[in-house]
Amino acid sequence: MSVLLIAEHNNKEIRPFTLNAITAAIQIDPDLHVLIAGNSCGDVAKAVSAIPSVKKILHVDAAHYENFLPENFAPLVVRISENYSHIISSANTFGKNLMPRVAALLDTSQVSDIIKVVSPDTFIRPIYAGNAFATVKSNDAKKCVTIRPTSFEPAATSGGSATVEKIDGAEAPNISKFIKREEVKSDRPELGTARIVISGGRGMQSGDNFKLITAIADKLNAAIGASRAAVDAGYITNDHQVGQTGKVVVPDLYIAVGISGAIQHLAGMKESKVIVAINKDGEAPIFSVADYGLEADLFEALPQFLEELNKLNTIQK
Amino acid sequence: MKILVAVKRVIDYNVQVRVKEDGTGVVTDNVKMSTNPPDDNAVEEAVKIKESGKAKEIVAVTVGEEKAQETVRKALAVGADRGVHIKVDGIIEPLAVSKILQKIVEKEKPDLVFMGKQAIDDDCNQTGQMLSALMNWPQATFASKIEIKENKLEVIREVDEGLETIEVNIPAVVTCDLRLNEPRYASLPNIMKAKKKPIEQINASDLGVDTKQRIEQIKVEEPPKRKAGIKVANVAELVQKLKNEAKVI
Repeated sequence: MSVLLIAEHNNKEIRPFTLNAITAAIQIDPDLHVLIAGNSCGDVAKAVSAIPSVKKILHVDAAHYENFLPENFAPLVVRISENYSHIISSANTFGKNLMPRVAALLDTSQVSDIIKVVSPDTFIRPIYAGNAFATVKSNDAKKCVTIRPTSFEPAATSGGSATVEKIDGAEAPNISKFIKREEVKSDRPELGTARIVISGGRGMQSGDNFKLITAIADKLNAAIGASRAAVDAGYITNDHQVGQTGKVVVPDLYIAVGISGAIQHLAGMKESKVIVAINKDGEAPIFSVADYGLEADLFEALPQFLEELNKLNTIQK
Repeated sequence: MKILVAVKRVIDYNVQVRVKEDGTGVVTDNVKMSTNPPDDNAVEEAVKIKESGKAKEIVAVTVGEEKAQETVRKALAVGADRGVHIKVDGIIEPLAVSKILQKIVEKEKPDLVFMGKQAIDDDCNQTGQMLSALMNWPQATFASKIEIKENKLEVIREVDEGLETIEVNIPAVVTCDLRLNEPRYASLPNIMKAKKKPIEQINASDLGVDTKQRIEQIKVEEPPKRKAGIKVANVAELVQKLKNEAKVI
């Protein structure tokens, strides 16, 4: 049987985490079909048909799929699930919202947020905020699995020619209504997908001092993160929070400034490829996960850091 | 209006979790346990709604072993009126929990069910969505603001792109984000009073719900340790290492 992946998109473009989920999906079974449900989302179907890993696209256009309400989506997924062994989506707010609703209707115990495919029925997933990895085997006939996007490389997006099949929508229960979406507009890369993240903690001492971080983020084209302590102290808004209760990030470079390294923060960043810690307390736990530790006063180190970066002047975007 | 709040007992969020040497799970003996943090937000929100006069009764419910009752007792101490404890031992998956909660919802007939967005032990993030599916109710997940309107609920949700506002019919299931509110601490007099509030105990086996595990836990292991890094002497050395050794800038 084949694998069905539920694509996340905005009716114009595919959302990037779907590409990571595709990579995981074809490790489960290369016969990958993608459901693209939305409103006037033909461009998305066309773009996804060019993804070489995708064999077939099921394309549905209906007004009630425009805003991805799970109450409307779930009956559709359940109806077409008959021909599939696995239903897959990314484990971001889109997939987390939708998939359990599908799983419950299919009477399937969902496997959430996998970081590795061991075999088509066995997966590794982090538990306790990444403090332990569990290897789990699903014994349900039909499996609902969500993919931690940062654990899989994005699939290539050109060169393929999957067939696009138009299918009918399912009835909408009409019990929920989308009102509005306020996207956080920023010239910076998104925290979840940025190649470089620089985060400040309680050691920043004030919101104003975050300008030291901002200057370096501008230079490195980095996203700005923060520890929960900095958010709780009101230095920065909560959409910047990295950690178990914030966002999990896996950038190439993570720079932790004035962050002691509480368990809940480490859970959100310790899979980063290279970690730098700048902290004046040499005993801070953050140093135990840092590839490069600098024991220094951040108010001296950050301006120097910017100066050294300016000297290099070869920063890649 | 009646609100049902589901709470779960988990390892306290400040505890450094340790994996058992035999790979069967994590160490829970002599480890501090608490209410799952976003479940505290769920209780708080219910209490605030009751204080505003929009709800008459709050029922706190938990599913788990004998000691899980502590979480219900805590909810009673911050303002829930009575408790329900569904007793079951061993690992119980979100699908089974949601089926159990479905039975309780059918019996209690609440207008709203609140719970945390995710439990910090298994990190599944499923139960609320599953319960609303089984009830055929709408769901409002990752709620950071809730407003009750006539027969509807307007909810602001924290999503990857920012904030999303939706309106759902009542009855509904709401899963709460940590941003929703600031959970209060129980006062000593209220803790004493809570001891007198009733907690109904029900055995899961009496509910006719199939709770057997569908997912086998093959092993639990420590995540790979990062290899020890180095301390650099100054900023110049740091930048050189990042450029020439790590090649990340």
